[in-house]
Amino acid sequence: MSRLATNLRVVGTLGMRSVRQTFRRPQLMAPIVVFPTLLLAIQTGGAGSAVDLPGFPPVQSFLQFMLAGAMMQSVMLAGNSGGIALAVDIEMGFTDRLFAAPISRFTIVLGRLAGTAALGLFAALWFLAIGLIFGAEIEGGVLGALIAVALATAAAVSIGGVGSSIALRTGRASIVQGLFPLVFVVLFLSTAFFPEDLMVEPARTIAKYNPLSLVVEGIREPIITGVNAADVLWAALTIAGIMAVSLLLSARALRHRLATGG
Amino acid sequence: MSAAIVVEGLERAFGEVLAVQGVDLQVEEGEIYGFLGPNGAGKTTTVRMLTTLLLPTGGRAGVAGHDVVREARDVRASIGVALQEAALDPLMTGRELIRLQATLQGIPGAEGRRRADDLLERVDLAAAADRRVGAYSGGMQRRLDLAAALVHEPQVLFLDEPTTGLDPVSRRTIWEEVRALNEEGTTVFLTTQYLEEADQLADNVAIIDSGRIVAEGTPGSLKAEIGHPHIRLQLEEGSIAQAEEICKRIGLLLPPVDGRTVLVEVEHGAADIPRVVRALDDAGIGVGSLELVHPTLDDVFVAKTGYHLEQDGEESGEQEAVKA
Repeated sequence: MSRLATNLRVVGTLGMRSVRQTFRRPQLMAPIVVFPTLLLAIQTGGAGSAVDLPGFPPVQSFLQFMLAGAMMQSVMLAGNSGGIALAVDIEMGFTDRLFAAPISRFTIVLGRLAGTAALGLFAALWFLAIGLIFGAEIEGGVLGALIAVALATAAAVSIGGVGSSIALRTGRASIVQGLFPLVFVVLFLSTAFFPEDLMVEPARTIAKYNPLSLVVEGIREPIITGVNAADVLWAALTIAGIMAVSLLLSARALRHRLATGG
Repeated sequence: MSAAIVVEGLERAFGEVLAVQGVDLQVEEGEIYGFLGPNGAGKTTTVRMLTTLLLPTGGRAGVAGHDVVREARDVRASIGVALQEAALDPLMTGRELIRLQATLQGIPGAEGRRRADDLLERVDLAAAADRRVGAYSGGMQRRLDLAAALVHEPQVLFLDEPTTGLDPVSRRTIWEEVRALNEEGTTVFLTTQYLEEADQLADNVAIIDSGRIVAEGTPGSLKAEIGHPHIRLQLEEGSIAQAEEICKRIGLLLPPVDGRTVLVEVEHGAADIPRVVRALDDAGIGVGSLELVHPTLDDVFVAKTGYHLEQDGEESGEQEAVKA
């Protein structure tokens, strides 16, 4: 078996382990599915008439508007959970088992991200299913749904890269776990849950320049309006940018860890 | 016979602290090499360098004919590693772990599954193969860790304190497995803080203290280096002073441990016992008990470092260095 084929197989196997690990550990699964679902239910149940406010974008329902935010929240928490799981692996010495194998050591990061991608895909499909079951329409049709799911999945990987880089740099699950509140701050200071036009300053300006807003809008537009190439492109570029930076940081953190032994 | 491990002037510094200071050693193919020392002596740091998990800051090392820095990947393909505190994912099953290990070693799927089944059988975990590792006992976890390290049939097996924390029965099971592997041709580099373990298993032993090797050789030669066996006599009746006077004529009198015990070092071991007993009997001194005591690796350790490697009890498996 060629070296590339072996490394790809390792990425797949580690990704599968990562997914299994998440489903077997409720505390990792809860943030990805349970919390965002509850928040979606509370928000759509309690603030559904927000759609009538002047400045609210034209939507079929508040649930339709909120789906992108729920997906974004879920995939961000999936990325963060991936970082926590990697840090736990480091703490318990499991990564030493992987480092002692004749594989490219970056496959350890890629394997974790493959698992995060699978969880991101699951989360996106979960919320899409909830939306459809409760009457939300996908204006962009099948293509729009596919684009929303693909962007959410890719966003999970890019955020997972951030979690991985912090896990590799610190080696401590508690520090990565400490980022949970930050996830919410960043989310609430984007257009994930509120239209930009209804925000007050300075949140409005922050949301305008928050890269996550670009990602959220890229996921939202195919759901509430239809496929718009510019929105999709901006979202994809933003995700690619975060992914490139986070993978670079992960590679540097991994190199530092291997050189210093921790 | 060629060398499986060659280490020359190996060093590792952590900031200002030199954890390993110029270690030299050579392990021949097919031997069990015991690396003995207390906690913090530099055993694990040395193993981590030899297994490519940590870069040396000085010196060089080769494992299975490959340099640990320049040919790290080749080293990793040639070795099996079971590190201290079995690093197992409690959420995985035993079977999943060994299959993962097979994948990491580039073993094709069907072959990996076959080897996993064989190894689980070998370490007596077939019945527990589909249970999560978190539910395994300490002994089962160590056996699983050992099995995982063997999945690619490595030339050199590194075992870092494989029995620390295990009960005596589990410890002996691991010993038997290590012996069996060695008989099949696997070179074993074993770190331990258990004197008995090194004595029982190792063909050669190095004693490391404060990052330096202070003694190296076969357990027998190391013990022979520090002196002859001694006879321990527990007197039942008669004068201890007279007994000591008689024993002095036969061997070297050692410092007494209490008022009824005489220790005398003898050159010929068991062959000297009849002479001692006869001489005491002729003088009317009654001997309650008698024991021939051979030097132990602990005696070697004390002679080389000035302190004991003392066991803190079988249950905990903890040991600590105690200044004499």
